[in-house]
Amino acid sequence: MPDFAGLNVGDQVAEQNFEITRDSLVRYAGASGDFNPIHYRDDVAQAVGLPGVLAHGMLTMGIAIQPVIQWLGDAGKVVDYGVRFTKPVVVPAAGPAKLSVVAKVGALDEETSRARIDLIVSFEENTVLGKSQTWVQL
Amino acid sequence: MVNPNIEGKTYPRSEAYVVGREKIREFARATMAGEASLDLDKALAAGHADLVAPPTFPIVLQEFGLKLVIADKEAELDFSRVVHGDQKFVFERAIVAGDVLTSQLQVASVKSLGGNHMVSFETKIYDPSETLVCTALSTLVVRGADA
Repeated sequence: MPDFAGLNVGDQVAEQNFEITRDSLVRYAGASGDFNPIHYRDDVAQAVGLPGVLAHGMLTMGIAIQPVIQWLGDAGKVVDYGVRFTKPVVVPAAGPAKLSVVAKVGALDEETSRARIDLIVSFEENTVLGKSQTWVQL
Repeated sequence: MVNPNIEGKTYPRSEAYVVGREKIREFARATMAGEASLDLDKALAAGHADLVAPPTFPIVLQEFGLKLVIADKEAELDFSRVVHGDQKFVFERAIVAGDVLTSQLQVASVKSLGGNHMVSFETKIYDPSETLVCTALSTLVVRGADA
């Protein structure tokens, strides 16, 4: 468990890379119940004008906070978590889409001993989640 | 598109949803979670009654409410034109395996923006004593016919 007193705004607390494959999308569809075919069928994605099969935004959101939870050691310390979906993550039929997550301290609240952790989530040099922030209890 | 008159509309409360330990593990693995969401001993050592659900797990409960909106003829929500705009979860406490939860969705707002509609939903998730556990906030963008 990280020590609140040892944190400064701007500190990087976690960094991790992830590989999202079609296999990941099928697995997330099953776990979440979101079976929209744009997340596993090229023909359907194409027919609705998408650049390809996309990762569920909620999958990207779900993955992006994991480095923070690993740092905390406890998912129960997350007080809130919000993101904006700014760009899609296109997942090829074979091989992975590579997602990178960098987590930094964005703000500290001495009174409640809470830290706001800001996430920079990128795919192919683009930020895919905007205003991606979580408040955690320390 | 979407009928702006559904602003403020509240949909019926969901049936009770029992949060299962293996469902948490399945969801955790699917979102590439580490030991904190998989190891029961670690969760117990951290003072939790059981495994803690990952922070985006309440999406499963939000989906129940969203299905009611999609099925609602008055809403006129064309789901094939929907894009997820933003999502937020606010926790009053952690969700753990064994929790029995119900959820209720309200349409917080319907806004028009450059030919698109932005529909914001607020889903409140309660335990059996009617104590609020989590609020899920979601905005869907419904693309206009020319967009």
